[in-house]
Amino acid sequence: MVFKLNSQLLSRIASGNGHGEDSPYFDGWKAYETDPHHPTENPNGVIQMGLAENQLCFDLIQDWLKKNPKASICTPEGLNEFREIAIFQDYHGLPEFRNAVANFMGKVRGNRVTYDPDRIVMSGGATGAHETIAFCLADPGEAFLVPTPYYPGFDRDLRWRTGVKLIPVDSDSSNNFKVTIEALENAYEMAQLDNIKVKGLLITNPSNPLGTILDRETLRSIVRFINEKNIHLVCDEIYAATVFSQPDFISVAEILQEDIECNLDLVHVVYSLSKDMGFPGLRVGIIYSYNDAVVSCARKMSSFGLVSTQTQYLVASMLSDNEFVEKFITESKRRLAARYRVFTHGLDQAGIKCLKTSNAGLFLWMDLSGLLKEQTVEAEMELWRVIIHEVKLNVSPGCSFHCLKPGWFRVCFANMDDQTMHVALSRIKTFVNKEADTKKKPKKSLRWQGSLKLLNPPRIYDDFINSPHSPMPHSPLVRARN
Amino acid sequence: MAIEIEQPTVELSKVAVSETHGEDSPYFAGWKAHDEDPYDESSNSSGVIQMGLAENQVSFDMLEEYLEQNSEASSWAEGAPGFRENALFQDYHGLKSFRQAMASFMEKIRGGRAKFDPDRIVLTAGATAANELLTFILADPGDALLVPTPYYPGFDRDLRWRTGVKIVPIHCDSSNNFQVTLEAMEAAYMHAVAMNIKVRGVLITNPSNPLGATIQRSVLEEILDFAKRKNIHVVSDEIYSGSTFSSSEFVSIAEILEARGYKDSERVHIVYSLSKDLGLPGFRVGTIYSYNDKVVTTARRMSSFSLISSQTQHVLASMLSDKKFTEKYIKTNRERLRKRYEMIIQGLKTAGIECLKGNAGLFCWMNLSPLLETPTREGELALWNSILHEVKINISPGSSCHCSEPGWFRVCFANMSETTLDVALKRIHSFMDQRKTDAIQSPPQQ
Repeated sequence: MVFKLNSQLLSRIASGNGHGEDSPYFDGWKAYETDPHHPTENPNGVIQMGLAENQLCFDLIQDWLKKNPKASICTPEGLNEFREIAIFQDYHGLPEFRNAVANFMGKVRGNRVTYDPDRIVMSGGATGAHETIAFCLADPGEAFLVPTPYYPGFDRDLRWRTGVKLIPVDSDSSNNFKVTIEALENAYEMAQLDNIKVKGLLITNPSNPLGTILDRETLRSIVRFINEKNIHLVCDEIYAATVFSQPDFISVAEILQEDIECNLDLVHVVYSLSKDMGFPGLRVGIIYSYNDAVVSCARKMSSFGLVSTQTQYLVASMLSDNEFVEKFITESKRRLAARYRVFTHGLDQAGIKCLKTSNAGLFLWMDLSGLLKEQTVEAEMELWRVIIHEVKLNVSPGCSFHCLKPGWFRVCFANMDDQTMHVALSRIKTFVNKEADTKKKPKKSLRWQGSLKLLNPPRIYDDFINSPHSPMPHSPLVRARN
Repeated sequence: MAIEIEQPTVELSKVAVSETHGEDSPYFAGWKAHDEDPYDESSNSSGVIQMGLAENQVSFDMLEEYLEQNSEASSWAEGAPGFRENALFQDYHGLKSFRQAMASFMEKIRGGRAKFDPDRIVLTAGATAANELLTFILADPGDALLVPTPYYPGFDRDLRWRTGVKIVPIHCDSSNNFQVTLEAMEAAYMHAVAMNIKVRGVLITNPSNPLGATIQRSVLEEILDFAKRKNIHVVSDEIYSGSTFSSSEFVSIAEILEARGYKDSERVHIVYSLSKDLGLPGFRVGTIYSYNDKVVTTARRMSSFSLISSQTQHVLASMLSDKKFTEKYIKTNRERLRKRYEMIIQGLKTAGIECLKGNAGLFCWMNLSPLLETPTREGELALWNSILHEVKINISPGSSCHCSEPGWFRVCFANMSETTLDVALKRIHSFMDQRKTDAIQSPPQQ
């Protein structure tokens, strides 16, 4: 259909690039989409390693479902609840749902903390939660500090429709990308000088893409920092149950229980079942706030992204089964740890190092800076294209996470079976060996010539239109996000 | 324990502290009264009967019957694309089978008089999300949408709260059964212009909430032509399309576009949901159907903030692609709603109350203006209050729907059993009788 209308007929939000999808980052998705790996039907296809999904424990879940048909209101066993559940649209959510989620969140943290079900607010996935929190806490033009590298989706989730800005707070590989108070202070000062009002700090703990957790001292100093500046702290703990080896996960809730000065009204947690349980399709996002006004406001806004009561009911049933929950959490960690070991060992044998402080998440943070022609973002993108088109693995380049140090890549390992994992590893080994052999030879033309824009790492005024290496979590073609 | 510090409360956003969420409206106050003292046939027969909630409870048995024979668990069995694949599916395009099922369902509702392309269907968590989303796409903060009055109170929040967009009312009145006129549209437009506000579109609800009546074909044509002249969008919220008592009486804007060969259709967008026709508000199933490619693409991207649970998509995909089931459901649902409507209209008539002639929806538009002490909004709210506390039924005052004529009330009839409806009608009857008696005993001062 020919678009004859005045091109200004849509809003600025609609006409801009805030959706974040115009990016060479897409090539990875497109390449996977057009040539997806399948063990028998397409063994030479692209293996998807850019998708942070947790597929390791579905057998446990399916087993539970078979034994608990009542958990579904759409089975003969559960049908007598159908009417009441289907008609329930109260934005408080089913009480049993909130209770079960609060219970689960506590269990994931080894019962070291408890969560109040009345502070649990639903949202359309963590995606919806982040946007809602931004709408509640900040006005257009105000900003959140976000340590890099960070999940690309934040650029859309926190900014697109809200008009809120993100100020990256850089970290360095020299200290394993740990966020420092010094860096936070600097970023805050710069914002003041630029007349930008900082409303909060957003941290993801455990970190995506690093797969690391914050130690107690760092968390405490972060809490002191936000309290001192009187700004909000939003903790995205979406990967809380994926901490697969020591040290134990410390949530912000635990810190608040300690002897520390903090205005509780400043602290908010974002959570979801998409990673810990592997249920991204069910859209179970949670905002947990210690601030009553935020709970109240976010709850009203949740009307725009309520969790289907059919799903609330199922989740309530499953997560209030304590025996199942405990078994699941333990087994999930065990399998993630095993995967991580096999992968990092395999990479190590190929001479590839990963961030050694990682002990969580569904991915590893891989250092390929040794394979770069030069230590630049352009070289990283070039290497990335080669990995996609020649090695046939879709991995995520560090620049899309706003990582300042070129050469790092996020590689997801929990979204495939063992066999595929071994195929991926052997492809990497082959590639690395080949690279070692041909390292001195200048690379000829790349098989894929994309529009290689000059990439300046985005600074404070990160505007999508100027930032091509953007956060592109998902393809317009199909599928998912990381 | 963290030591709590007495500090000035850190500011929340302007959006957060504004009252545009609209919950302080009498529309919701009545709900609260009901929640505190809800009617129950056996345990609380003198409680408040909820007639302010447009829910469809007349057709659950058909849904339950279907589900009994097509259990969700059967899709969880190993071998079948089971729970795993479903739980992982988060593609914002939505399950293809579900989109196809929705398209086909929407076609059936319109008696096949319009075709819907599944690839133009964008899924959102309810019509609430759909309307907000469309507003973000079609208008900038400070711009306006023209909306005929009376309208669904939720629009004040959905269209305006987080978007910063305004609503400029197109005033309609009883002189012509509250139909939209060209004059009223022009007046609203000029009013916006005078306030220096840019109008981006017209948003109509067809069939109308709260009127409970379909918009006539000629009026739809006029609205389309008006939009074309002003070069603005048309959003048609057709959430009650399957609740028209007779299939032939509903004309969808899609039919008009088809008749026009889809010329100039890029400005038209339809909102739909299963909350009313299927009675599944808890499942959060909304859709945007747009004839504009850019809107479809952008809406799809934005739907990331409010996707429909894949579990729900899956169950409904199979239900709504079962042609035998949908045909029977649509037909039976219409009949039952019509019966309910006739029952309430008759009951009100016997009590001496007239309603607007309706032909759709889950409610009727009742005229109590003869009962007002003063023909004002205050008079209407006073009457509403006494109905709430004396008659103990919660109905929605027209002013909460921005009706410019005081004295009209929306009364829902499909969210209760026939028995309860009977009780409600008896109470209204007594109330009216009492008022007649009072009037005779103490005639109003002239």
